Amino acid sequence: MAVAGIDVGTQRTKVVIVKDGQPEILSQGMAKSGFDLEKAAEEAFNQALADTDLSREDISYIVATGAGVESVPFATDTVSMQGAGARGAHFLLPSVRTVIDIGAEMGRATRCDETGRMVDFVINERCAAGAGAFIEAMSRALEVDLEQMGPLSLEADRSPPMNAQCTIFAESEVVTLIHEGESKKNIIRALHDAIAERNISMVRRLGIEKDVALIGGLAKNVGFVDAMKRGLEMDILVPEDPLIVGALGAALIASERQ
Amino acid sequence: MAEERWKSKRLACWNQAKQLRTDYYKNYAQAHEKGGIRWAGSAWAFSVIPAGLGEDVWSLTGEPYGASVAWKKDFAAQCHEAAQAEGYARDLCAYMRNYWGSILLNKYVFGGEWPKPDFAWTCHTCCSHAKWYQVASELEGGVPTFSIDGSVGPYDELDENRLNYLVDQMQEGIEWMEKVTGRKYNDELLIQAVCNECRSTSLWAEICALNKAVPAPLDEKTMYSLYVIGTLIKHRQECVDFYKVLRDEVRDRVDNQIAAAATERFRVITDTQPPWAFLNIFRYMESKGTVSVGSLYTFGLIGIWEVKEDGTWGPRTPPEEGSIKTREEALRTIAEWTCSRPEWQQFYSPELKTEMLKRVVKEWKVDGVMLHYNRGCEGLSIGIAENKLGLREAGIPVMSFEGNMGDEREFDPERTRKKIDAFLEILEASLRR
Repeated sequence: MAVAGIDVGTQRTKVVIVKDGQPEILSQGMAKSGFDLEKAAEEAFNQALADTDLSREDISYIVATGAGVESVPFATDTVSMQGAGARGAHFLLPSVRTVIDIGAEMGRATRCDETGRMVDFVINERCAAGAGAFIEAMSRALEVDLEQMGPLSLEADRSPPMNAQCTIFAESEVVTLIHEGESKKNIIRALHDAIAERNISMVRRLGIEKDVALIGGLAKNVGFVDAMKRGLEMDILVPEDPLIVGALGAALIASERQ
Repeated sequence: MAEERWKSKRLACWNQAKQLRTDYYKNYAQAHEKGGIRWAGSAWAFSVIPAGLGEDVWSLTGEPYGASVAWKKDFAAQCHEAAQAEGYARDLCAYMRNYWGSILLNKYVFGGEWPKPDFAWTCHTCCSHAKWYQVASELEGGVPTFSIDGSVGPYDELDENRLNYLVDQMQEGIEWMEKVTGRKYNDELLIQAVCNECRSTSLWAEICALNKAVPAPLDEKTMYSLYVIGTLIKHRQECVDFYKVLRDEVRDRVDNQIAAAATERFRVITDTQPPWAFLNIFRYMESKGTVSVGSLYTFGLIGIWEVKEDGTWGPRTPPEEGSIKTREEALRTIAEWTCSRPEWQQFYSPELKTEMLKRVVKEWKVDGVMLHYNRGCEGLSIGIAENKLGLREAGIPVMSFEGNMGDEREFDPERTRKKIDAFLEILEASLRR
């Protein structure tokens, strides 16, 4: 028998299936969330199942999490994004006590105890300027592939000041910098620094306890990870696949709850 | 749905509270038909003083009115739009915008045209209050307005000079009211009103203190409908009578372990005004086994407290019957009494608020605190980050949520529910630890 965790994010829906009673990842699936979240959950779940010799009936407990947590009609239970993220990150990196999760739409930080249970959290509310959607919007404005944003920023030789705290105004600042002849590399670094600064102030409100892990889509962006390390003046741990950490945490919680 | 652990039943005096509130707004609107006087002002204003003008003097307190508008989302939206169209910014006090919007629309939220007051009698407790009735008067075509500056600092710094500052303004206000209304002021009525207010606010504190019991006999959502009577008519005999009935019923509920929420497992408190249009978040929490047993707002806006011999908070002892004999004594009594109001302290120091929250957590057996970044009230929201830090340092689980007491555009129910879910997981985990 096995259990599963489903993380319905604003951009991607992730599923992780783990062996029941033994924390071993059996498979994972991913689908674009789009408008039909139920369909995305179904698709990601089927994808994860297809990589195993398990049937639906073999999955004894399913815990859903994420922005679209209510969109998984076949879920047994739910858990908060913060709780799932902390549990998953702690499983992968047991020394972790602070988890920063920057997804497409929202940034949040969670403190956990030595068992991976959440003890406190803070959320960057109401504005996508501190999240992945901001980088996507800027990649369009700069006509740079999203995947190239991180590597390019590491080649920058300076970080021009960027004051905007809002996606809309940041875009107009980017246009100004382009007109001033600033290189794309430097502009991208400035963008990463701005978004990192925003999230660091959020994490400081929570209080930082080492080790610190970064999860969520933006953790795949090496330029952003670099900006966070510089801003926090400390090393940050990044799991191998930071996108599936929430789903993994939900699966581990499913294993505990059943 | 969480498991039901306690027996629960509806308050028997619920309809009485509803009737008192209905009568209050009707009496104000119809005052002129009966030859009476209408005055408007903050619920913080010293309402005992206009009471000396006669039994037929009816008030409209601005903040409870603003909250009533907030509850009617469509009308609130119209009020906000009307206020904005007139040039008043969106980040001003939401109650005030609801009030000004009603004047601009010439609509009373309870039906009919806007009932213009004969005079405004108010006080300055925050920067919004300092302008509220000045603008209202202008919008209403020049309503005579008198305001008492209440900026005398926290209660523990109150001295004779500060008290005199309030009392002198009250004395001047009485002379002003006589001129404006043409009525002779009646000190006996004033003294009676002061006695009523001291008794009703002490009774409300006694009722809130009964909520220290487990299970809590009252939940915060219900308390909103009860404490509001104090914000409307705390100086009137009807309020004293109602709070006596309520106190007896709540005491009976404690004796018989009748819970406000049958699911009570965790107990939380909030700090300040709620997002009035979204009170269902309290029912959402109850469905998850968590009851809000009150707030500094419900306990401390109407309740007047004192530290009892055992060091805990209890209802402040009102002045003895017949001990107030003169206008001066009545004014001094109510000035001093009002300055001891817990909510009053919040305007002066976040540390005082944190200490009060810590006291409530301990005495009311609270598991966690929810702080409202209330974008509609800068006066009572200021210092919340510091409160959060102070509670955290004391080891108390705390969450904050963003919203607005009177402008639904600034409250995201879905995200708030998700935050609450995460917070309840923390409470659950702390239980396991």
